[in-house]
Amino acid sequence: MAPRLLLGIFLALVAVAPHVVSEFHVTLLNYIGLSALVALGLVLLTGVGGLTSFGQAAFVGLGAYATAYLSIGEGLPGWLSMLGGSPWLGLLVGLLVTAVVAYVLGLLTLGLSGHFLPLGTLAWGLSLYFLFGNLQFLGGHTGLAGIPALSLFGYPLKEGRSFFYVIWGVVLGAVWLSKNLLDSREGRAIRALKGGVVMAEAMGVDTTRSKTVIFLVAALFSCVSGWLYAHMQRFVNPTPFGLHLGIEYLFMAVVGGAGHVWGAVVGAAVITVLKQWLQDLLPSLLGASGNFEMIVFGIMMIVVLQRAREGLWPMLTRLVPQRSTPSAIEDAPALARKALPEPGKVLLEARSIVKRFGGLVANNNLDLTVKAGEVMALIGPNGAGKSTMFNCISGVDSATEGEVLFCGQEVTRLNSRQIARLGMSRTFQHVRLLPAMSVLENVAIGGHLRGSKGVFPAMLHLERMEEKRLLAEAARQVERVGLKDSMFEAAGSLALGQQRTLEIARALCADPCLLLLDEPAAGLRYLEKQALAELLRKLRSEGMGILLVEHDMDFVMGLADRVVVMEFGEKIAEGLPEEVQRNPAVLEAYLGGVD
Amino acid sequence: MDLQIALLLGQDGITNGAIYALLSLALVLVFAVTRVIYIPQGEFVAYGALTLASFQAGKTPGTLWLLIAAGIAVAILDLHQVLRARTLRKIPRIVGWNLLYPAIAAAVVFLLKPGELPLLAQIILALVLVVPLGPMIYRLAYQPLAEASVLVLLIVSVAVHFAMTGLGLLFFGAEGSRTPAFSDASFEFGLLTVTGQTVWVLGASLFLIVALYLFFERTIYGKALRATAMNRTGARLMGISTVMAGKLSFLLAALIGAFSGVLIAPITTIYYDTGFLIGLKGFVGAIVGGLGSYPIAAAGAILVGLLEAFSSFWASAFKEVIVFTVIIPVLIWLSLTTRHVEEEE
Repeated sequence: MAPRLLLGIFLALVAVAPHVVSEFHVTLLNYIGLSALVALGLVLLTGVGGLTSFGQAAFVGLGAYATAYLSIGEGLPGWLSMLGGSPWLGLLVGLLVTAVVAYVLGLLTLGLSGHFLPLGTLAWGLSLYFLFGNLQFLGGHTGLAGIPALSLFGYPLKEGRSFFYVIWGVVLGAVWLSKNLLDSREGRAIRALKGGVVMAEAMGVDTTRSKTVIFLVAALFSCVSGWLYAHMQRFVNPTPFGLHLGIEYLFMAVVGGAGHVWGAVVGAAVITVLKQWLQDLLPSLLGASGNFEMIVFGIMMIVVLQRAREGLWPMLTRLVPQRSTPSAIEDAPALARKALPEPGKVLLEARSIVKRFGGLVANNNLDLTVKAGEVMALIGPNGAGKSTMFNCISGVDSATEGEVLFCGQEVTRLNSRQIARLGMSRTFQHVRLLPAMSVLENVAIGGHLRGSKGVFPAMLHLERMEEKRLLAEAARQVERVGLKDSMFEAAGSLALGQQRTLEIARALCADPCLLLLDEPAAGLRYLEKQALAELLRKLRSEGMGILLVEHDMDFVMGLADRVVVMEFGEKIAEGLPEEVQRNPAVLEAYLGGVD
Repeated sequence: MDLQIALLLGQDGITNGAIYALLSLALVLVFAVTRVIYIPQGEFVAYGALTLASFQAGKTPGTLWLLIAAGIAVAILDLHQVLRARTLRKIPRIVGWNLLYPAIAAAVVFLLKPGELPLLAQIILALVLVVPLGPMIYRLAYQPLAEASVLVLLIVSVAVHFAMTGLGLLFFGAEGSRTPAFSDASFEFGLLTVTGQTVWVLGASLFLIVALYLFFERTIYGKALRATAMNRTGARLMGISTVMAGKLSFLLAALIGAFSGVLIAPITTIYYDTGFLIGLKGFVGAIVGGLGSYPIAAAGAILVGLLEAFSSFWASAFKEVIVFTVIIPVLIWLSLTTRHVEEEE
């Protein structure tokens, strides 16, 4: 059965469900839908982005309380009372407040290491819960009752059955938006977060922005869930917005499959049904009343994380034949290219670079220039400081002293994203790619700066033309480096040498004028090396500048126009390949001195 | 507010702060050694306090059953592993710690009638039951995932917290308990009256901090833990078992947690879920130190205690809100002062 058919069956089931099941089960399905909406946000955040939040229940609470307070309309201050009484205003204000809170929280924590966001949301989730319980105008611990019913097109939605369609319509809409977002340029940037910030930033992705985007989306989904909850229940109190509920939402995402959009729906269904069942079963089994399902959920979570970290969704999809992978990429007009500089023009100039790590001097007073249309090779024994130099030049790290000029502009203190925008692109000595993503998509990350469409067009898939052009460009680069046959395979399945080649394609996809390659030939076979050398010669003839770190001397000497030799952080020789090969200091560094 | 009230609140704050400080030290320790953000630390506080309260009420605490069950689970997993790897010489140790020890503990609890023992013996017995749960939980929940990302370990922590809170409710019920003070003495210093319990808490905290310092500076195991915290791979190459380091840090954390519970139980009524909030306050302290510095974490925790005491006077309903929003200025400060370095995952 094709996935499309399964989706059709699922939609049909959703459509008829309220007419065939009992009132009780409709309510249960409504709760599943409300939870799925929150869990969906956590899928984006946790499974896709590698962040997490325990405070989603608090965002649900914000949505619920905002609409409760505004739509009841009692006790509103005078200037607000004319606006009162409308659930739609409640939704708008709820979304606004949620967005502001999430933005501020993100601003505070997203620049720090990954674990500060969850800890921040933990504290925030607790604070908001206590705040709801203690603010008199929100009804304190008793809450607010008498929330008006929602009405759509003049038709009041007072029953669970009619509300069902609203909830599931919103859930399916959110699934659609999320899937669209992930399948776009912005989505690739978000998925790149898991591969580490360094790579994404070097490809021009503003990772803090990407993190903020998914945190905001997750918070807003939760807020909408709260808004629906308030108008379904017609009553709110602080209990369902406490920290433990926040943690349960996370469990739903993880159990269902945190890496998959549909995992949220599966997880929400499993946990909600299980909770219902356990809340009946356990108290009578244990002879005491209380939330004993916590014990089961806690243990279940540990087992899931230890045994099946991907959750239930991948297990379910394995039961269905996989969608055949696309075999061709649609042709599309080429993306605009930057004009390459005149051959011979100085692209990169590093002046007396010093880099210290504490007491260790990794680079001492290094000078280096790379011109357009030349291959400059940086060689030296292991630990000579070549990769450190690379990092200083590309903005991954900043030099302690000295300055770097790129295309005539001082870039010493710029970060790698800003430098990438100027036209420098690089590969990494230790391959940094996203093993689960296809070769094509990995390469397309390199083209991030060549697109401009943002999150909203991506969610609505209004950026298909740009996306086609980006993918076509990525496909051209994949083909160019000779990986055409594995274009749709997972990048992690390639041999190490090919993964390095993939990184070159990714760097090329950025349309650079200067290419920094960190050991590109390592792990390649003889013929592959020849092909790589051929490619680099071609790029050189087009006017690109190439800075190369490499250990394979045959490769370097056959290709480089100039060579710089480093040892212990210092430059010991510079010149044409033949000159360097005869230099006594170089011979001593490589072969040891003759006593 | 007059000076007398201020002094009283200050005393309260420092007493609670000392306990938060102990917890924050344990949290920093566990994070440094294992990269686990140890949310369940607070449950050990509650388990310690409520186990002691159970003894005093003449009941058998549920933690005994948990110790036996966890011991059996660990023994099954470890024996399975040992039989597969054919390292049979490890068997006596596994059986001893995980099956024999809980059995002996159970025998002692049933034979001695802890309700009639002196307080000190009750405390020791409570620690005997609760502390070994630390390394057992490490073995069951964390060890199979020791190489996972901080994020996964954090989610495990939350899951353990969930399970332990539920079990706490099952073992001790929803009612809170308070244990008698260690001493009824009180000392007058002009306006200030210092209770015996305050002296105990401060003295015991100070003692534990000094003991920890000596442990890390002077003993080979302490140094092994520090080495693991600095560089896991490097430590392993030097023959330090990261499993041992993990279990040891969880043992210390459980000891600190349970002992803190015993200390705080005469001051505050402890419910099955109180530990979580107490533990989180330790966390706020630990975050002040960026989850890395012991002295700053301890100072931060004492600050949290003081803040809590004074805000309970001015705005008691918003006490918790105020304490947990302190984290915001701390985070601002951290994000302004730390340059982000990518985690190695």
